[in-house]
Amino acid sequence: MSVTSNDPKHVDAATGTSTTGHEWDGIRELNTPLPKWWLYIFYATIVWALGYWVVYPAIPLVSSFTKGAINYSSRGEVIADVDALKAARAPMVNALAKASFDDIQKDPKLLTFARAQGKAAFGDNCAPCHGTGGGGSKAFPNLVDDDWLWGKGTLDDIQATITHGIRSTDPDTRQGNMPAFGDGVLKATEISWVADYVRSLSNLSVDAGADLKAGQKVFAENCAACHGDNAKGNQELGAPNLTDQIWLYGSDKVTIVEGIAKGRGALMPNWGDRLDAGTIKALAVYVRTLGGGR
Amino acid sequence: MSLWNKHAIFEKNSILLLIGVLIVISIGGLVEVAPLFYLKSTIETVEGVRPYTPLELAGRNIYVREGCYNCHSQMIRALRDEVERYGHYSLAAESMYDHPFQWGSKRNGPDLARLGNKYSDDWHRRHLENPRAVVPGSIMPAYPWLAKNEVDLSHIDQHMSVLAIEGVPYTPEMIEKASADAKAQGTDDDPGAADLIKRYPKAQARAFGEKGRLTEADALIAYMQHLGTQVDFKIYDDKANLR
Repeated sequence: MSVTSNDPKHVDAATGTSTTGHEWDGIRELNTPLPKWWLYIFYATIVWALGYWVVYPAIPLVSSFTKGAINYSSRGEVIADVDALKAARAPMVNALAKASFDDIQKDPKLLTFARAQGKAAFGDNCAPCHGTGGGGSKAFPNLVDDDWLWGKGTLDDIQATITHGIRSTDPDTRQGNMPAFGDGVLKATEISWVADYVRSLSNLSVDAGADLKAGQKVFAENCAACHGDNAKGNQELGAPNLTDQIWLYGSDKVTIVEGIAKGRGALMPNWGDRLDAGTIKALAVYVRTLGGGR
Repeated sequence: MSLWNKHAIFEKNSILLLIGVLIVISIGGLVEVAPLFYLKSTIETVEGVRPYTPLELAGRNIYVREGCYNCHSQMIRALRDEVERYGHYSLAAESMYDHPFQWGSKRNGPDLARLGNKYSDDWHRRHLENPRAVVPGSIMPAYPWLAKNEVDLSHIDQHMSVLAIEGVPYTPEMIEKASADAKAQGTDDDPGAADLIKRYPKAQARAFGEKGRLTEADALIAYMQHLGTQVDFKIYDDKANLR
């Protein structure tokens, strides 16, 4: 390969177009100019871009920047967008905020709206713990049954729980802890007795040779204060009913022993700071429709 | 000789081309980047943003180490749908002590900029150990080792010294008390918690996991529980900070 000629003025005879001036083994490269239509559109876009400098914020100055002819800002736009959204929703949202739960139940339009809004809010805020369908998982209560740890499952109870949370930082939070009885209160054998006794309350099998009498005594002295003499629980303290088949952490003996020894006390955040009152109301309505409401 | 032909000088001389490219990029940098360092409006003046506590900083280091930023952004953009889902759009001031920032560029998972206090510590622990245990459809990998490894706090004070050089307002006292503060934050009812909160307002101090030991999961949860909680948007003036 060799360059035998380097004449920039060389014009290709067949096309009449000048070449780049190089020649490789007799082959020359045409220096075809850009199509005129393409070139002028390119120049036009450059001129168009200058328009942005005038209309939108663009050029940094010493202590500020040019704000542009229409005074645009992305934050201003999102504030306006959200305000427009609020205005569009306002009639229904205000109606929901003003209505009592009784009113909502009676007004099919409001009820449909509350359920729809509640469902959307549930998906993002509640589903990670309670499950998409509200089925819950270990340590996160099932919301589709009618077994309620806190309150009786009324709309007001549900609203209070969502607003203030459980064991949260809210001053009005629901409060109540299962203490760690393994920290010097009960001996391992006593915990084993009472675990067997608790299992027997819901007709579960107990270990061979389990001392249910001793377990009952330990229960009466340590557990009955919160769970009640009949072990039916206390919804003011979040103390679960121990006589049903519903278990928040699990019904096997190892899990029960763990709960007694180390204590329990799961936290539900207070949503009053994060969600507006109308959304919480909608959530309460939605949660109640999951199946367990009273 | 037209201007077009003069361009051939660059095309035929690689060193000249390189210098030309450098000049063009430098102009772009000077115009687009440099003003951000002197324009006061770049970072909003807000109340409440403080440097990370030592435990949060250790958690942030784990966040970076595990590559969480590859799938999670920490930047709520000023768009209606984002504000609807995640809360107030992110402010520059909220990441002014981030070196480097964790805005991210990809969302396989949700944005985490306002994750703080949204879910319980217990949820985070289970979720890190196995995301499917709490979110059945999750595609997030499991990080079970975080709850097993004790968090390494042996260099956290040095990390804070380096950040102080970069402009994060860590005082010598904060750096000196770093590991004590980290332990105080990760323990229930620690006597050092009051001092910690004096140094780092609104810091959340409690046992984030199992009592008696401070794991990597605890540090990461302490970090996540603080995300987006520093600025009180009830008193923040949106209209004064239009950009």
